Amino acid sequence: MSSHPIGLRRRQLLNLCAGLPLAGAPLIASRTVFAQASAVSDAEALHLLNRLSWGPAPGDVMRMQQMGPDAWVDEQLHPQRLPLPEGLTRALDALPFTHLSQRDAVSQYRRAAQQARRDPEAGKEARQEMLKQLSLEAGEARLLRAVGSPHQLQEVMVEFWFNHFNVFAGKGLDRVLVENYEQEAIRPHVLGRFRDLLGATAHHPAMLFYLDNWQSVAPGFQPRHAGAKNAPTGLNENYARELMELHTLGVDGGYSQSDVTELARMLTGWTFDLRAHGSSLFMFDPQRHDMGSKNWLGQTVAARGQAEGEWALDQLARHPSTARHISDKLAQYFVADEPPASLVDKLSRRFTTTDGDIRAVLQTLFASPEFRDPARYGAKFKTPYRYVVSALRASAIPVSNVRPLLGALRQQGMPLYGCPTPDGYKNTEQAWLNPEAITRRVGFASALASGRLSVDRPTESLPPMANRGNDAAPNSPPSPQPQPVDLNSLLATLGSGISGKTRAALQTEPKALQAALVLGSPDFMRH
Amino acid sequence: MQRRNLMRAGLAGMTTFSVGRHALAALNTDAHPADRPRRLVVVFLRGAVDGLNVVVPFSDPAYRSSRPTIGLRAPGQPGGAIALDAHFGLHPALSPLMPLWTAGKLGFVHACGSPDPSRSHFDAQDYMESATPGRKSTQDGWMNRLLGLLPAETGQAGAAPTRGISVGPVLPRIYAGPQPVANLASGDGAGKPTALDRPRVGAAFDKLYAGQDSLSAAYQASRQAHREVMDSLQGPEAQAQEMLAANNGAPLPNGFPADAARLARLLRNDVRVQLAFMAVGGWDTHANQGADTGQLASRLQPLGHGLAALAQGLGPVFEDTVILVMSEFGRTVRQNGNGGTDHGHGNVLWALGGPVAGGQIHGRWPGLDPSAQYEGRDLAVTTDYRDVLAQVAARHFGLSDQDLSALLPGHPVHQASSFSLIKG
Repeated sequence: MSSHPIGLRRRQLLNLCAGLPLAGAPLIASRTVFAQASAVSDAEALHLLNRLSWGPAPGDVMRMQQMGPDAWVDEQLHPQRLPLPEGLTRALDALPFTHLSQRDAVSQYRRAAQQARRDPEAGKEARQEMLKQLSLEAGEARLLRAVGSPHQLQEVMVEFWFNHFNVFAGKGLDRVLVENYEQEAIRPHVLGRFRDLLGATAHHPAMLFYLDNWQSVAPGFQPRHAGAKNAPTGLNENYARELMELHTLGVDGGYSQSDVTELARMLTGWTFDLRAHGSSLFMFDPQRHDMGSKNWLGQTVAARGQAEGEWALDQLARHPSTARHISDKLAQYFVADEPPASLVDKLSRRFTTTDGDIRAVLQTLFASPEFRDPARYGAKFKTPYRYVVSALRASAIPVSNVRPLLGALRQQGMPLYGCPTPDGYKNTEQAWLNPEAITRRVGFASALASGRLSVDRPTESLPPMANRGNDAAPNSPPSPQPQPVDLNSLLATLGSGISGKTRAALQTEPKALQAALVLGSPDFMRH
Repeated sequence: MQRRNLMRAGLAGMTTFSVGRHALAALNTDAHPADRPRRLVVVFLRGAVDGLNVVVPFSDPAYRSSRPTIGLRAPGQPGGAIALDAHFGLHPALSPLMPLWTAGKLGFVHACGSPDPSRSHFDAQDYMESATPGRKSTQDGWMNRLLGLLPAETGQAGAAPTRGISVGPVLPRIYAGPQPVANLASGDGAGKPTALDRPRVGAAFDKLYAGQDSLSAAYQASRQAHREVMDSLQGPEAQAQEMLAANNGAPLPNGFPADAARLARLLRNDVRVQLAFMAVGGWDTHANQGADTGQLASRLQPLGHGLAALAQGLGPVFEDTVILVMSEFGRTVRQNGNGGTDHGHGNVLWALGGPVAGGQIHGRWPGLDPSAQYEGRDLAVTTDYRDVLAQVAARHFGLSDQDLSALLPGHPVHQASSFSLIKG
């Protein structure tokens, strides 16, 4: 088994990127700017950071006070204006599996599968190692950005839209495609046009595979290789249903069972070709397409091949039910579990008048009195993902080992890329507040605060089993002592987000426990 | 007894003296049946299990013709269903459950389901869990309402959070509501010491979460449940039982069977647990679901093993326990173009336990003739799942008509049902 040449290089790079000022450019203390923009209160700044970012990191509040909240929000809505820190860029570049094209990802998978067939013993192990490395790198790419990217709103929206268009890494081929799906179908469009996002997910092999559309065919379809085993013989309505129920119209958006079947017919032939030459594996196969006319959402649809599906996506993206469904989800995510109807109306109108411009809808949302209402401050219960990422940002622990974080997310019921059902993870208190959750979070907070979680201690990306425990390899730094989280810096970062009651309670507790109590406090469970 | 209490004090402090007493009470099967604590376990199969391939209507002529490659063969044929009666057979992957069928402790209600037509997993699960089909505004789940209607099992002050237990990292909709419930980690995390078991850490956090708010309530429930579970799962009696169970069969695989065996131990050792819930996913077989082998079979196998382990692990308590296995809806009668099935309507509901009138298929079979199918594609529903819940609540827990109306709002109370799944 070969060692991983990237391991050592990456380990050093990660250290470079870790612990940088987390929300943007270096701080430049300027009296004038400060004086001009200091209108934002600590509580208001924290609200913006809690909702538009994955939570305050050291220096974030001060930076917002210098810039002014409006400029800060505007910057977050236009992430291209802020460069990524060089260290983060290099750390991301050093994750080779996250840069694979669809074709290369699939061929790695198939090659490993072939090897496993030829040499069951060694081949299987190699395949497992490859898949583990791939999952680990996908987790690293997501979490390093979530914790360390100054494009915080972008990272928040990646999580939002990935969930909205969820695919499950545990299903066959999607294990190798999930990272490409996030990079190519989700990430480029998170602040763009809804129609582009919808189209990108509809064409991506990860979605076509996950919801079975790749093998949905016209009845009577004859495969090219006669007698092929498991050859599809007819419709599969899985994707067509979820496309309307979850991705666009919403379950009460006004469609029937017959509309599901008719849309499935329009989407027959939307599949992928593993031998495709270009960067995309998407293929429309006219052989598989149902050439009859359809009757969908009250309209007669003449047979037009792939254009039927594209037209259906246009219709769905512009449908008033979609505007309402997406607005409702955004308002719930950013404002309150039971979003105010006035806000959903406002967002729906903005969605419709801008033809689904996500950035514009968010602009309206962030400027709305419903969002700015101090009654909303700290009123949402964090999901496990937000809890874990916000704890790392607040603690300013340099992350060079995401394994304990991936484990914590799994334990708390929110494994990364691991939601098996197409509705994605919920973000409400009802879904996540439970007795076991609090204990798990307290356990995580204790381990993180004491430095025992080892997120700051680099490990080889995946040392071969035989070499594990042999960490004293050349270039390995001596195993450092666990670094506890600095209490004063933590309290300064979280400001008024940690109540007087909690602060008072800390006074009587042992020093070594105080940071754990802050991160495990009721105050930090909410955002 | 004394040794046990000492051990426990060493593990988790001095607060749980009463547990040993309850544990013995639960094992005391000499008590009159009416005095013994009644339990209900709900196993929810999320994703809509294909009930027509679980309890197979092999004598229905439309069955095999609608499912040329995924239909199970009749009993006696290679890979055929296991005969339950002259018309129905059990999927062969569920063979571990046959002894329970033969003993009259496993029964089914076929063509059971929700009157609501939704084929959305999420809406249909929501309705099954709120028990108010078609009404989304219901805040609480029916198992939480049931907890509120049941008297606590012991005279101790305050409701123990472990009266209602859920296995898994999140609490299901079915338990939403004002009654406190506790969840346990699945896997061997349950019953393992946590940071809070270190006295200083525990004491410090106890102070932060001493309030009346929802977070404090969850925290307090978790602390108490954790102590009880540590006792039930780690005490010497429990360990002895575990060894006993292990001697009776092969080591348990991970996943559902292990969680089910752990839950059985908890129910057996802690008399205060009245309701328990587990969910198992992976039933949404839109493609290549297979017949006697394949995807569905490989899901059913651990389910069958786990339910058998649950029944076995409960020991004498099984006689006073009803286990319901349900799913949000069934799947299409006809297989689709990919050797799978799409979202359907009617399904089969399973019931296990001493109080179950087992060895029978209950309900009215509507047949699979196209004219009898729901919307021309699905098994029709002839038994409302709420009638099953009502029967369990009335006959197993002795709830009054008034209580039944509170448990199943908007559903007319049918004490005299057309079927008799629960003895009484």
